[in-house]
Amino acid sequence: MEEAKGEEVTLFGFWSSPFVHRVTWALNIKKIKYKYVEEDLCNKSDLLLEHNPVYKKVPVLVYNGKAIAESLIILEFIEETWKENSIMPQDPYEKAIARFWATAAGDGLWQFFITEGKEREEALASVINNFELLEKELIGKNFFGGDRIGYLDISVGWISYGVPIFEEITEFKIITEEKFPLLHAWMEAFSSSEFVKDTLPPREKLSERYRKVREAIIQKKN
Amino acid sequence: MAETAKLLGTKGSPYSHRAEVALRLKEANFEFLHEDLAHKSDMLLRYNPIHKKIPVLVHGEKSIVESLIVVEYVDEAFDGYAILPSDPYERAMARFWARYIDEKVIPAFWMSCWTDGEMQKGFIAQAKETLTTLEGQLKGKKFFGGDSIGFVDLAAGMVAFWFGILQEVAGINLLNEEDYPVLCRWADDYCSIEPVKESLLDRKLLVAHFASKKEKIFATKAPVYD
Repeated sequence: MEEAKGEEVTLFGFWSSPFVHRVTWALNIKKIKYKYVEEDLCNKSDLLLEHNPVYKKVPVLVYNGKAIAESLIILEFIEETWKENSIMPQDPYEKAIARFWATAAGDGLWQFFITEGKEREEALASVINNFELLEKELIGKNFFGGDRIGYLDISVGWISYGVPIFEEITEFKIITEEKFPLLHAWMEAFSSSEFVKDTLPPREKLSERYRKVREAIIQKKN
Repeated sequence: MAETAKLLGTKGSPYSHRAEVALRLKEANFEFLHEDLAHKSDMLLRYNPIHKKIPVLVHGEKSIVESLIVVEYVDEAFDGYAILPSDPYERAMARFWARYIDEKVIPAFWMSCWTDGEMQKGFIAQAKETLTTLEGQLKGKKFFGGDSIGFVDLAAGMVAFWFGILQEVAGINLLNEEDYPVLCRWADDYCSIEPVKESLLDRKLLVAHFASKKEKIFATKAPVYD
């Protein structure tokens, strides 16, 4: 572990947050030593509110007293501050592609998960469209980052454990080996990677949480 | 790359504006291809098949979409003017506030313009809060970027030029000198910068444009930038 040369790194997080997981994976890959603070999102700490007064959310990374919020912004900060074990592509165009997919990859998935009927069908169409394009980004590569896990893998990493849970709860399989062979293989490779496998929240606990959230939303609508 | 870049955009769009100003700041060789959003060109559909939106930057055979991603690309691919700061923490802050503008400032202001009744009151309260927060970021500086314009200034271009126009058409008075003296001063300074001026349409034209689309926007809440 890179012992921070007089550096203090703290991550404020929540066990189920995919945004927090992104930061955890990046810190692991960069071998950065850090302190983790689990927040109770129903009773946020004064420290969290002080460090992220604008959004009051996790993750927040505090580095030598300076707070950075928003997971993707934190990823780029980590990349630029610790030079070893690079996660971003070097080429500006490759960076642009990675930044685009980091946010676009998930479009429609939450909608698919929390809606029913026609709304759900529309969301699903959007998800499949995105996944088809995302699949192409994996051609000739093990990971979006190439041979190693990179920024885009980290950004969309939640797909590897989140989508199977969504599929189970909605009883609808989206990423099949048949339809998305590369994405399917990537999910396996990513979630079993040394930087990821011990960080994933317990599947049953996470699944239960998502199930409850979905029920509450659907009930409220009906 | 000495190749001429092509920017697919519209003069009426604040998102297209961000990309255009970035290219002008870099004194890059580029061609502005005006898109008629009611009849999207084959080129637009080819280079942005997913969202079919402008701006799209075509550089070589590569296309880059999403205005802030385009600006970051321009900053990295072209030499010259530094749009983002070099310090990692300052860069993170610039990205944070640009995002805040997109996620909070613009939506609240936009909805304040095109709703009424209780709903509008709610949005106006939100808009006031976000404008106050944004103004706070200028804290004694001439621009968000410091002495010269940077990433956040470009992101806030809509605030500087479009907000005044939209509120005039909508008949509200949110962004004014009395309530936001620092932000209004910044807006004037921003719009006076040469590369920014070159990219802005005549104000009267833009007012007329939004006035003509007012009913449609009120009904759909969707922007019509061309």
